[in-house]
Amino acid sequence: MSDVRNLIIIGSGPSGYTAAIYAARANLEPLVFEGSVTAGGALMNTTDVENFPGYPDGIMGPELMDKLRAQAERFGAELISDDVTSVDLTGDIKTVTLADGQSFSARAVVLAMGSGYRKLEVDGEDRLSGHGVSWCATCDGFFFREQNIVVVGGGDSALEEATFLTRFASKVTMVHRRDELRGSKIMQDRALSNPKIEFAWNSEVAEIIGDDKLEALTLRDTVTGETRRLDATGLFIAIGHDPRSELLTGQVDLDDEGYVIVQAGSTATNLAGVFAAGDLVDHTYRQAITAAGTGCAASLDAERYLADLEAAGQPAPASALVE
Amino acid sequence: MAESTLSAVTDADFDELVLKAEGPVLVDFWASWCGPCRQLAPILEEIATEKGDKLTILKMDADANPVTPAQYRVTGLPTMNLYYKGEVVKSIVGVRPKSAILNDLSEYTS
Repeated sequence: MSDVRNLIIIGSGPSGYTAAIYAARANLEPLVFEGSVTAGGALMNTTDVENFPGYPDGIMGPELMDKLRAQAERFGAELISDDVTSVDLTGDIKTVTLADGQSFSARAVVLAMGSGYRKLEVDGEDRLSGHGVSWCATCDGFFFREQNIVVVGGGDSALEEATFLTRFASKVTMVHRRDELRGSKIMQDRALSNPKIEFAWNSEVAEIIGDDKLEALTLRDTVTGETRRLDATGLFIAIGHDPRSELLTGQVDLDDEGYVIVQAGSTATNLAGVFAAGDLVDHTYRQAITAAGTGCAASLDAERYLADLEAAGQPAPASALVE
Repeated sequence: MAESTLSAVTDADFDELVLKAEGPVLVDFWASWCGPCRQLAPILEEIATEKGDKLTILKMDADANPVTPAQYRVTGLPTMNLYYKGEVVKSIVGVRPKSAILNDLSEYTS
């Protein structure tokens, strides 16, 4: 067991990095577990982020994350690209453990693990992943030049992917369970007016067909139950995200969908000294800027909590709090 | 993130550097716009440092080199193919933790 730190932040992305920037500037010397394969969070899979304030010409998602990361590092945040595999958050001293068994402890923790892709849960999805089934349109789109592509979903990410993929594909079919889209007006208008995009309304993917590469899908009509075959060599899945809260079960209060419950008007969870931010908490907005905003709030809440601990006579773990 | 220190391989020298190589060669297919590829890069650099005596790691820009990815049916980035004596002996699709990659390569790196 290493020394007890002030603050551990679990997760990167806009909320984790913003929490790290604020905590580092407050001399809390935060330790940040970025995740081994998820460092940077969901924006690492996007192209242009057009709506992050301060970037009038847009910025690439990965570049924005690089900048936030560098800003956190500049003020002394300690960044570790490893996965936390278990946590003990209930006591005064919180402990997090990594896959290799190393443990770290702190008086306060900010949870910012974000969300992960929701799967279709259809046979063939894993087997053909990387062989026609993709989770990242920006990464893989160009492999499907002049081919038929299917995008599953009806929200902003699905609309953005479909629109992006028309640069390469001869045709993009959007498969959506309902008869209307969920995404924002501007993204809907772009997709609906794009001559290369067709819509399969009231449809869901029932079967993914192909041995060593994707050949076709079976679509099921969600109203009539009828099925039909749709030939496609690329399948991009964008049916939403689920909060990555598995680690927290049994300790931190979660709602029915697995989101962390925080007290209204703050980032405090049911556990003293444990704060949560970003997509892990957010049912509603799920934007880079809102994640950054709650990351900031979580860091300020943690800072106040640590100051109160010190005022109550508990020894501060680092000289930082004495000033 | 810092520029990669790993050497590049192209369609032109793939045969020479990979298929005719003595030992195992891991080829990382990547592209500049691929965010997950950026996440993978530092992991591969660490593996190259630790296992450099057993294994060569080369990067191929899939955008600039259309022939090789098509030949090996690479349709997802990043893809890591391990070549040994002219054949693909392992294929890893997508970013994975360092320990998982080392585990997949262990047969050829120990």
